[in-house]
Amino acid sequence: MKKGWKAVAEAAVGAAVGAANGLLGGGGGMLCVPLLEKALGEDVKVSHATTVLVILPVCVASAIVYWSSGRFAIDANLPVIFGVVAGGALGSALLKIMNGRVTAVIFAALMIMAGVRMAFFS
Amino acid sequence: MTLFLAGLAGGIIGGMGMGGGTLLIPLLTAFCGFDQHTAQAVNLIAFIPMSAVSIAIHARNGLIKPKYLLTVALPAAASGVLASLLAMNLEGGMLSVFFGWFLIVLGVFQFGSAVLGPSPRARKKSNRVRE
Repeated sequence: MKKGWKAVAEAAVGAAVGAANGLLGGGGGMLCVPLLEKALGEDVKVSHATTVLVILPVCVASAIVYWSSGRFAIDANLPVIFGVVAGGALGSALLKIMNGRVTAVIFAALMIMAGVRMAFFS
Repeated sequence: MTLFLAGLAGGIIGGMGMGGGTLLIPLLTAFCGFDQHTAQAVNLIAFIPMSAVSIAIHARNGLIKPKYLLTVALPAAASGVLASLLAMNLEGGMLSVFFGWFLIVLGVFQFGSAVLGPSPRARKKSNRVRE
């Protein structure tokens, strides 16, 4: 891919991920991984890890919007936040040692499950 | 305790870069009685400290490509703000149906390519990462 087009593709990936994550308050990663992998040709594990990096600024920006609209009380939700942080450390360590193909299959299963849930039961 | 467990499950998937929010948000609404907008806000805010930890671990494992911070993450943050503002004024139902179908299609493709094996190009890249 020519350099200019690559930059356009990267910006387009970013814009799509941000839109999904902001609208749905999460799940941008589920879009970001296949885009990095398929559209930009990155390795499976690099796509997963870099997705976390891409989503962080999106979450900060979106969180500010959600928070300022008064949708959130931090003290009531501390247990969830602690759980997420602990799980995040565990999941990050797991990604390194997991087989790339196993990672991809689990991820595909999760996407389909989440998709079915959102399409039919939301 | 249920809250902590829901968070833990979402965090594991999120730390692996598998979309923790797509798991955490339904867990919070289905089992913890959160409304959709609150669940989304909790997910967004919990993700900030989690991803800081997660990025540190991934970086040490050599899995992060920092150049995407500028080229992908910056436009993502910009469109994220616009979409969040839109989400505050929107009923979630229709959107999640669209996104759900979108995920099903993507998931089926992902499943196919995972089972059939990576393309030769991807395999070459993953060897390079391992070196």
